[in-house]
Amino acid sequence: MPGHIVSSYDTDLENLRRSISEMGGIAEKMTGEATLALVRQDGTLAQAVIAADKRLDTLQREIEERSVLLIARRQPMAVDLRETISAIRISGDLERIGDLAKNVAKRVVAIADHAPAQKIVLGVRHMSDLAEAQLKDVLDAYASRDTKAAHDVWARDGEIDALYNSLFRELLTYMMEDPRNISFCTHLLFCAKNVERIGDHTTNIAETIHYLDTGEIFAGDRPKNDASNYATVEPGA
Amino acid sequence: MNAASALTPGFTGREAPAPARGVRIAVKDLNFYYGSFHGLKNINLNFYDRQVTALIGPSGCGKSTLLRTFNRIYSLYPEQRAEGEILLDGKNVLDSSVDLNELRSRIGMVFQKPTPFPMSIYDNVAFGLRLYEKLPKSELDGRVEESLRKSALWDEVKDKLKQPGTGLSGGQQQRLCIARTVAQQPEVILLDEPTSALDPISTGRIEELMEQLRDEFTIVIVTHNMQQAARISQYTAFMYLGELVEFAQTDKIFMNPAERRTQDYITGRFG
Repeated sequence: MPGHIVSSYDTDLENLRRSISEMGGIAEKMTGEATLALVRQDGTLAQAVIAADKRLDTLQREIEERSVLLIARRQPMAVDLRETISAIRISGDLERIGDLAKNVAKRVVAIADHAPAQKIVLGVRHMSDLAEAQLKDVLDAYASRDTKAAHDVWARDGEIDALYNSLFRELLTYMMEDPRNISFCTHLLFCAKNVERIGDHTTNIAETIHYLDTGEIFAGDRPKNDASNYATVEPGA
Repeated sequence: MNAASALTPGFTGREAPAPARGVRIAVKDLNFYYGSFHGLKNINLNFYDRQVTALIGPSGCGKSTLLRTFNRIYSLYPEQRAEGEILLDGKNVLDSSVDLNELRSRIGMVFQKPTPFPMSIYDNVAFGLRLYEKLPKSELDGRVEESLRKSALWDEVKDKLKQPGTGLSGGQQQRLCIARTVAQQPEVILLDEPTSALDPISTGRIEELMEQLRDEFTIVIVTHNMQQAARISQYTAFMYLGELVEFAQTDKIFMNPAERRTQDYITGRFG
């Protein structure tokens, strides 16, 4: 695509892209490290994740402000307007991903005195690895404007939901086995839910990439394999 | 091209897709020549009844030329000629049998710079009416008032109808010109950059006015102001080098144009 006649317009849009990419890098790192801190029971790493969220919040505010200014100053049209709107949306999703990762990190501190069964923790980690890979792929798709890759990410979100679902049942079973498990199992359940939501925000970003590229709102029902809303586990079952 | 199909069912944009309306003006294989210069190349385009259609494109692309063919105002210049068909309600206005005065009362025109006649506000509006219709004074008064009201000027000039039209502000003069056009009860109003010489407040008034005039008239507007085209029109045609590049519903053109050249132009990327 040729550049704008007004070259500072190109600079504005390029700066938005760059900030999104910086946010993406931070969000990805936070997601991975929060779970790593959980697995290793590493309070220091957890604190680092919590601290990193500040930068993400600042970037998100900056992107929003600069987008609003760009709309006011340049009245973007067509692809430029979609790019600006997409920057606002994606930065919002990335900021939420940061919050969710931070929440996982906080729970590492909360369950520090208990040593949860490694098997369950690894279940959360497996979910998190998937979510992190999805996030990486969607950010690559954004950087390269690859709608096909974004669609692939979108279609894979069901895997994370399915994992969450089985983890949910497993945690309920642990809690029923021994009430002393309830505290850390509840924390782990929230961690798993956070990771599942990170997957949802990643799917949002994939839909935004579709809109950015085609100008059409993504139509289609999300692949939902999360049946935990309806799941119950009976004692002794 | 069905612009509505680009939207997800149930999704309504700024404005729901306009209901299908009849075609008021149908342009068919239109070519226009300024002497040997080929100004319009094979234009095919429909203008819909009681809708605003904006013509956009860089200077010299032919949008004003296209506008000037509708009421054959170009025929004032002997070296200019049009070929093809422009059907107004099915009748070709390019046909030599067409009465130009009658044509121009059916297709009114407003120019970039306000062009009030050097006479009173009242006489400006009554001028065309006196030319075509012999109306009793009371009825003439009524038509003048009605036209000034429709042009959102009445409240500002009702106490000074005898004062010269040229004494009004630029924006008021432009609305006076619209009143003069509206008084003829035309079917189509052509506007050639009607607000480019006006301040933002007067521009806003004219835009508001067009919104109301659309209830009664088919409006074609040439504008260099892309935001204006996006705000006030239902359909937009993008022209370049004498050709029609893209025609679609305005929302489609400004959110997601089909043609690369349209996108480059409206986003300010033209080299």
